[in-house]
Amino acid sequence: MIEAEEFETVAETTRPHRRQQLVVLALIALLMLLPLWVYPVLLMKLMCFALFASAFNLLLGYGGLLSFGHAAFFGGSAYVTAHALKVWEVNPEFAILAGVAAALVLGLIMGLLAVRRQGIYFAMVTLALAQMFYFFCLQAPFTHGEDGIQGFSRGRLFGVIDLADSNVLYYVIAIVFVASIFAIWRIVHSPYGMVLQAIRENEQRAISLGYSVQRYKLGAFVMSAGFAGLAGGLKAILFQFATLTDVNWHMSGEVILMTLLGGIGSIAGPIVGAGLVVTLQNYFATTGFPVTTALGATFIVCVLLFRRGIVGELHHRFAARRKS
Amino acid sequence: MTMIFGVPLVVLTGQVMIGLINGSFYALLSLGLAVIFGLLRVVNFAHGAFYMLGAFAAWMLGHYLGLGYWPSLLLAPVLVGLVGALIERTMLRRLYDLDHLYGLLFTFGLALLLEGAFQHFYGASGKPFASPAEMRGVIRTDFVTVPIYRGWVVVASLLICFGTWALVEKTKIGSYLRAATEDATLVQAFGVNVPLLLTLTYAFGCALAGVAGVLAAPIFQVSPTMGSNMIIIIFAVVVVGGMGSILGAIATGYLLGVVEGLTKVFYPEAANIVIFVIMAIVLLLRPAGLFGKEN
Repeated sequence: MIEAEEFETVAETTRPHRRQQLVVLALIALLMLLPLWVYPVLLMKLMCFALFASAFNLLLGYGGLLSFGHAAFFGGSAYVTAHALKVWEVNPEFAILAGVAAALVLGLIMGLLAVRRQGIYFAMVTLALAQMFYFFCLQAPFTHGEDGIQGFSRGRLFGVIDLADSNVLYYVIAIVFVASIFAIWRIVHSPYGMVLQAIRENEQRAISLGYSVQRYKLGAFVMSAGFAGLAGGLKAILFQFATLTDVNWHMSGEVILMTLLGGIGSIAGPIVGAGLVVTLQNYFATTGFPVTTALGATFIVCVLLFRRGIVGELHHRFAARRKS
Repeated sequence: MTMIFGVPLVVLTGQVMIGLINGSFYALLSLGLAVIFGLLRVVNFAHGAFYMLGAFAAWMLGHYLGLGYWPSLLLAPVLVGLVGALIERTMLRRLYDLDHLYGLLFTFGLALLLEGAFQHFYGASGKPFASPAEMRGVIRTDFVTVPIYRGWVVVASLLICFGTWALVEKTKIGSYLRAATEDATLVQAFGVNVPLLLTLTYAFGCALAGVAGVLAAPIFQVSPTMGSNMIIIIFAVVVVGGMGSILGAIATGYLLGVVEGLTKVFYPEAANIVIFVIMAIVLLLRPAGLFGKEN
């Protein structure tokens, strides 16, 4: 059996201090002002992937479950959102809801099968199921195969707010992003989240305490799928296309790298990690050095040298200094 | 013409044959995964990349050194095995004491790195690779038409699979291996060089993937992505089989290859996903896999 406790995690206190609250408020204020200096589309892309990584981390960092199939939720929702906007011509909020609903259903089906196995088997099962979904997307008529779904307008939020303006879209995505991160934070610090972490630390003990471990895991899987779907839907609206890249297993790998690089099991880790990976990708895309190789090398260095991730490593250093 | 279930017999046997060939690769690759997993407890995500490496090594030996198919069939797996040994010695062994998931993540990074590098230097399109001249003919009977080379692939893979099985089950080295799987510390106390055994095992597993790559080179094109398409199917094969036993890996490999071939005859749309569907069904009925033991 796999002991999940070997995963290094960042300890977090249940109630934030006043100072922490101020830091968070300052960060949110900064997020709202940032498009004054930075290209908003890049920031929106960062937020989509940060949300995706946070959704993934909800499962890995707090549930100890390594899913290798999260691209299915991200890309599946992107397809449904794009299809809803283009063919059904609904408002963007309904399109995203449809995407999230699809991700939740997919998450429930995949989760029901995957939680039957543990550890590396869990990873392989999720990967194989996601690949099955990939082939479905490749062949299903509504996804348009290699072309993907493109050429639709972003629409008007609630029929009023025109999302065609990237500055407007920025604030919509920023609000959804902050609200989702807050929701994930709430879930993690709820009694449910505590049980989930207990299962991660010692599954046998949780079973003997009478918790129905499988149901807790399934719950985490479905919620994580839902948030990943939200990220995918937002991304589809942002870039106005949905393609096979989003459901490919490389995407599942990228989100793992984001989480690992930033730090597993903290709220800030996946956000920092997503920022770094997207920046790295943008940088290497201009140098001619193959992006996949760069990502692979980052992965290897990360696993070999700093498994705590950047946020985890910083946290560890500060904690060590405080002790001495 | 003889018909079975409304399908001409020749078409049916032809697809069974193709299924057996694909099954040969599934068996060889899941066997390598099983050998590595058995001792190192590492799920070698880079296995597909080593398969690709084997095919490319054969192509390079031919392209740059002018070596023919047969020397390449021997040399390429050795080269792949050496690369594997190097990686195990320098990096992979630092991860043994950690959660198994780190081994999976490390080899995943390795797979990305290799695939990206080969795509960069050799382009995304495939390189043609000719089958050896003496095997270009076709054997025709009333039931089935078999290109000689493809027949050879099935025979070679069967030989290698059962050779490996015999090596693990019937030899002294194999018995050390099995003992180390149970309790490495104890075996080390008896004077067996366990770290060396681990290196050799990883190298051997990688070499098996390399052999599969060379065998595949004349059938599929030699391309950087050939391994990443394969590895996920192999994982499904492993989940179905259960990764518990070597014979299980071999049997499941051939079985799923043939099932996939038959699906192409009766319901071609599902051919890509039939293995994953079977995996889902097996998970529902027997989560530990067909040959696996419940833990």
